[in-house]
Amino acid sequence: MTRTMARAILVLTFLAAILAPWIAPRAYDHQYRQAVNASPSSQFPLGADNLGRDRLSRLLEGARVSLLLAPAAAALAVLLAAIVGILSAYLGGVWDRLIMGAVDLLLALPWLFLLLAVRAVLPLNVAPRLSVTLTFLLLGALGWAAPARVVRAQVRALLDSDFLLQARALGISPARVLTRQLPPNVAPVLLAQFCVSVPAFVLAEASLGLLGLGVSEPLPSLGSLLRDLESLPALHASLFQQAPMEMAAMLAPAAFLVLVICSFQLAFPQQEICS
Amino acid sequence: MIRRLFLLATILAAAVALPARYAFAQTSNNELRFALRADPKTFNPLLMADEPSETVSYLTHGVLIRINRATQQLQPELATSWKVTEGGRKITFTLRQGVTFSDGTPFTSADVVYTFTSMMDPKLHSPIADTFQVDGGPTTAHANGKYEVTIAFPAPVAGLERLFDQAPILSASASGKEASPGLGPFMLAEYKAGNYVLLHRNSHYWKHDAQGKQLPYLDAVRLEIVPNRDLEMLRFAQGELHLINNLDADSFERMAAQNGGASNSARDLGPSLEGEQMWFNQVAASPLPDYKKAWFRSTNFRRAISGAINRHDLTRVVYQNHASPGVGPFSSANKFWFNANLKAHPYDPADALRRLQLDGFHKSGPDLVDASGHVVEFSVITNAGNQSRERVAAMIQQDLKQIGVHLNIVTLDFPSIITRITQSFDYEACLLGLVNVDLDPSAQMNVWMSSGENHQWNPAQKTPATAWEAELDQLMKKQATELDPAKRKAAFDRVQEIVSEQVPFLYLVNKNALTAVSPALGNTQPSVLRPQVYWNAETLTLAAPAAGSKQLAMK
Repeated sequence: MTRTMARAILVLTFLAAILAPWIAPRAYDHQYRQAVNASPSSQFPLGADNLGRDRLSRLLEGARVSLLLAPAAAALAVLLAAIVGILSAYLGGVWDRLIMGAVDLLLALPWLFLLLAVRAVLPLNVAPRLSVTLTFLLLGALGWAAPARVVRAQVRALLDSDFLLQARALGISPARVLTRQLPPNVAPVLLAQFCVSVPAFVLAEASLGLLGLGVSEPLPSLGSLLRDLESLPALHASLFQQAPMEMAAMLAPAAFLVLVICSFQLAFPQQEICS
Repeated sequence: MIRRLFLLATILAAAVALPARYAFAQTSNNELRFALRADPKTFNPLLMADEPSETVSYLTHGVLIRINRATQQLQPELATSWKVTEGGRKITFTLRQGVTFSDGTPFTSADVVYTFTSMMDPKLHSPIADTFQVDGGPTTAHANGKYEVTIAFPAPVAGLERLFDQAPILSASASGKEASPGLGPFMLAEYKAGNYVLLHRNSHYWKHDAQGKQLPYLDAVRLEIVPNRDLEMLRFAQGELHLINNLDADSFERMAAQNGGASNSARDLGPSLEGEQMWFNQVAASPLPDYKKAWFRSTNFRRAISGAINRHDLTRVVYQNHASPGVGPFSSANKFWFNANLKAHPYDPADALRRLQLDGFHKSGPDLVDASGHVVEFSVITNAGNQSRERVAAMIQQDLKQIGVHLNIVTLDFPSIITRITQSFDYEACLLGLVNVDLDPSAQMNVWMSSGENHQWNPAQKTPATAWEAELDQLMKKQATELDPAKRKAAFDRVQEIVSEQVPFLYLVNKNALTAVSPALGNTQPSVLRPQVYWNAETLTLAAPAAGSKQLAMK
């Protein structure tokens, strides 16, 4: 029942994200400067932000950005992890130690600073949508190390299995083992890693957004929308001095993010995630 | 069950004990408390380059001449009088007699000579020494007696007296010590890294009030290390801190709203010397395409972009009316040097388009294109994490969209920005803050001289790239060497006019000085100049707080 609900929520949120340009009540980037910090009303269902932009439209567009690009980044990370993990386990010996050493090195790097450094050398004059795509691609390109270790462990276990022993005895070429025998057997692990990576990348972008380094204006993302809540007195003032509707409007991006992350965790069986 | 009861008892005991301890901390009498954003990097005033170190130095060390932050006039401190000679090459001070350092040793001309000799020692790399470097030569000091000293500069310096406001005097007898005895109203008593700096009253301080009572009135100053602005506001609201020197507009409005206007804790002092500015990269050797270099070097282009920005909206939306449209390098806060004849560029998109058409730009659908057909699109870099600045950039983005210009906003970490604007020149436009700490335009020589490293739009030119930059060079040299204040003012007025006409910097807004002062703090005269609230620390008083009172009612 819980899993069904979680899956339904995920379907609905992804649907809303895809249809954002058509269902958003206003342009997400237009500043209504006479309506700065406007309270929720029929004109602005979730109110307006500190530049007079419609919060609901920005939430829908932010969900579109974060929820469509995070799976793409996760797919890239899992693909890279599969290549590295399978090769490392299959080659073994010195190659295995070298590759795993590189993985350990990458895991030891502070990813935030790595992202900052890489972002700083990217071209400046890129459109916001391309910029956010690059950010997620970076997340994907740097996020393969942990899944690669899991894949390697799984492949090493498979290499000792009876069916591969029989396959080798029958004279199957290494290329066939790598392309036909191993991938189907590590697919559940890859799927689990993908499911874990999607919310991780959404949160990573949110962290970057909180630092002002994620998505560039005027494009919103879940991370950049959360920045409205970063100020402690602002939160205090808004939560305890505002009407319930305004409180809900302020917390909508955070609630949305929590809902999506929880749904991701609940939508798939635990044994798949943990396998 | 027993374990749970024990846990509950522990929590209750802690809940009872904490407020008691808290109350004890609050009842410490006559101790001024305010926050530093970080630990001071040094207690050696000659090496200070960060704001926390400057704060400690300001409170613990004396200077020969002080700029009165309220009147912006010079006033004698450790020097009772001074005389400028040789056309501004020398200044001779007569020192105050009977003054002693906080350790009881007497103050004489030997201390002044020691201070300036140490400061100008190239091995020390004193940031303050840069202020006294004129034409690259050293400044020397020699004593003419026990209470007279002459400071000699290698070249004439206009308005050189003001430099001495920034030169704390050290004790020659404490040579080599980092935290040397001072001549200020307080002295360093205790420092706990990451926690606080405690200053005690200097019982040897030389100043007395009109009734002959020795200053300062306060017994101590506790500088709490509070890196987080929001935490600082909460602690101020709880009555744990007595002042916040510099608030941003959002915090100010929140504080004013929470206050309900019943108290005068939050104070808007009017225009400050701080603002926001944007400039285009005009460096000939930059890696930008030639057509973009041509845009940015065009006065019409820069003037059009400036006119397409709605500065009144910036002040209203981002700064909640606690700012005014930017006019030039100085705001009206600088009473003498501000050119009152100048006005901010008015918001006029139609005029902006007309100016662009003069250079061959024209509209093609929703886009603006240049004479060669390139769509006008450029990026502006700014530092990540400054929400006000990012909002300014977002508003400019929408304003420029109205004339068909596409602006891409790129937030970078600060070191990356500095590398781009000073070394690689790989940027198109930059949006940063402007902080003037000196009222005199001579402090801006490095900005306006075409050879200056801080001539940001095109730094370190061998010869001026344009006629107007050559004129700026002449005018800045003139104001720096001319001793007649009226002639200096006329020269710098013309500099401000040229800057307004040629728009090397787009001055966006001048922020107001916003402070918060506890009603318990007496004799305050908040100023728009730094340090805004505690500049007269020796005369501040503290009323005993009523039991349980808070400065703000957190509704």
